[in-house]
Amino acid sequence: MSGYLTGVLVVLAFNVMAAYAVYLPLAAGQLNLGIAGFMAIGAYASAFLTNEYQWSMWAAIPVGSALAGLTGLLIGIPVLRTHGIYLAMATFALGQVISAVFLNLEVVGGAAGYPVTDYVGPYGVFAAAIGVVLLMLYLSRTRFALYLTAVKSDATVADLMGISVRGIQVAAFALGAAVAGFGGAFYAHHYNFVEAQHFNVLLSVFTVLYVLFGGTQTVWGPLVGAAFFTLAPELLRASDQWRYALFAIFIIVFMAMRPQGLVTTSLLRFTRRRTATESEEAA
Amino acid sequence: MTAALSLKGITKSFAGVHAIQNLSFEVPKGVTTALIGPNGAGKTTVFNLVSGVYGVDAGTVTVNGVDVTHMPSRKRITTGIARSFQNIRLMSHLTVLENMLVGQHVRNSSLGALLTPYRLFPNHRWKVQAREALAESGLEEWADETVGALPYGVRKRIDLVRATLAGASLLMLDEPAAGLNPSETNALRDHLRTLMAKGITLLVVEHDMHFVDSICQNVVVLNFGEKIAEGPLSQVRQDPKVREAYIGSEEA
Repeated sequence: MSGYLTGVLVVLAFNVMAAYAVYLPLAAGQLNLGIAGFMAIGAYASAFLTNEYQWSMWAAIPVGSALAGLTGLLIGIPVLRTHGIYLAMATFALGQVISAVFLNLEVVGGAAGYPVTDYVGPYGVFAAAIGVVLLMLYLSRTRFALYLTAVKSDATVADLMGISVRGIQVAAFALGAAVAGFGGAFYAHHYNFVEAQHFNVLLSVFTVLYVLFGGTQTVWGPLVGAAFFTLAPELLRASDQWRYALFAIFIIVFMAMRPQGLVTTSLLRFTRRRTATESEEAA
Repeated sequence: MTAALSLKGITKSFAGVHAIQNLSFEVPKGVTTALIGPNGAGKTTVFNLVSGVYGVDAGTVTVNGVDVTHMPSRKRITTGIARSFQNIRLMSHLTVLENMLVGQHVRNSSLGALLTPYRLFPNHRWKVQAREALAESGLEEWADETVGALPYGVRKRIDLVRATLAGASLLMLDEPAAGLNPSETNALRDHLRTLMAKGITLLVVEHDMHFVDSICQNVVVLNFGEKIAEGPLSQVRQDPKVREAYIGSEEA
């Protein structure tokens, strides 16, 4: 594999992990605009434990992920009392605050950034992303995923059916935060350098865009969205600059025409039926 | 014998307007009861107070002998009460079968059940059970369809089947016959009789008096949030207060 291709696929792997971190709460109807903050927690925590306490990164990465998840749990309980635009603003502010804390924390280098010792190669990053995808596929086969959609669709009825709406929402938010922290920790050990400025608003917003573009109805949406937004700009890279403007226009038109995103349950069902009919005809 | 449902002195106001005033009535076990009254009498509000969508201002609600007045709404289903909705509240992005699985939650609420990858098994017992319940109502052909695309009459019956899957002993049905054609109404009546034969107690809000007459043994009449009459339909029909309440709106 060429260095260029490997580099692109590593970026894709990080984007996929971030996308699923956003997807989990969004599947329950809750927008987390502060995902970069949780990535930063995983990245800095794992880096700190390997640098200062000589932990193996294979121990430090899960701990970084767990710390991000725990932060998500503790913050999710009060923050998820808000809804809609207020939740978006609260998580947005949260991401900014976390990033600002690391920017001013001298023990992890402050604004100068923080070099990280242990290195994880591209295949380690690929394995991590595949692991996250497999975990999401597993969850999508359970009642947990069913309840995420149920809660998003009609929280009152879900509640009357005995489902703990708050419990499901907080669990999705915290699990998403843990996935973000997991990706962040791998980021730190792959690039061997973290700086707070990387975990900025744009990173959070772009990740939300991947998920909305791919669609939140099925577990495949975030994967497709992240792949599209990682690979399409690469294909445009060598071309004239004006093509980027076309790309932007395409995104706007697409989201206006298809707000539910690219991959939907009805699309999957349609392709499955066609495949089934074709194989019957072939037989 | 404890009543399936008992309301004592229920009062509820919205922004100073009395929706329900000092309402008391009982639904004895096995006695199919209708809650009737003109539009705006507070029938759906009673359902919302019993299921916990709203809290009461005063009074007590008892389900199967358990005081649920201050119980969180999501816990009330564990006392054996389930409901359907006047304006069909199915999860429209989910399939019919998935809506049934949501209905089963109260009987499968452990963490293990939450994380069981049932979708990997085509014949998982939850799916089998849901399909059986659909088949009993002749709805199995719709099992894998997305709910949002289905006709009104079908969605109405699915809403009812979902309510039964919680294993409730008391079902509150909000206008189950509204919008159904005569043959659908007959199918609904048969379905409700099957449920009654299984020992499920029904509390029904309904405007169709022929329908009420055909399945209900007892009728509670509300007007302006107050009970104005109670008894068999033939008896409350003769009640002057009931006649007065209905004059100009419909024949009681």
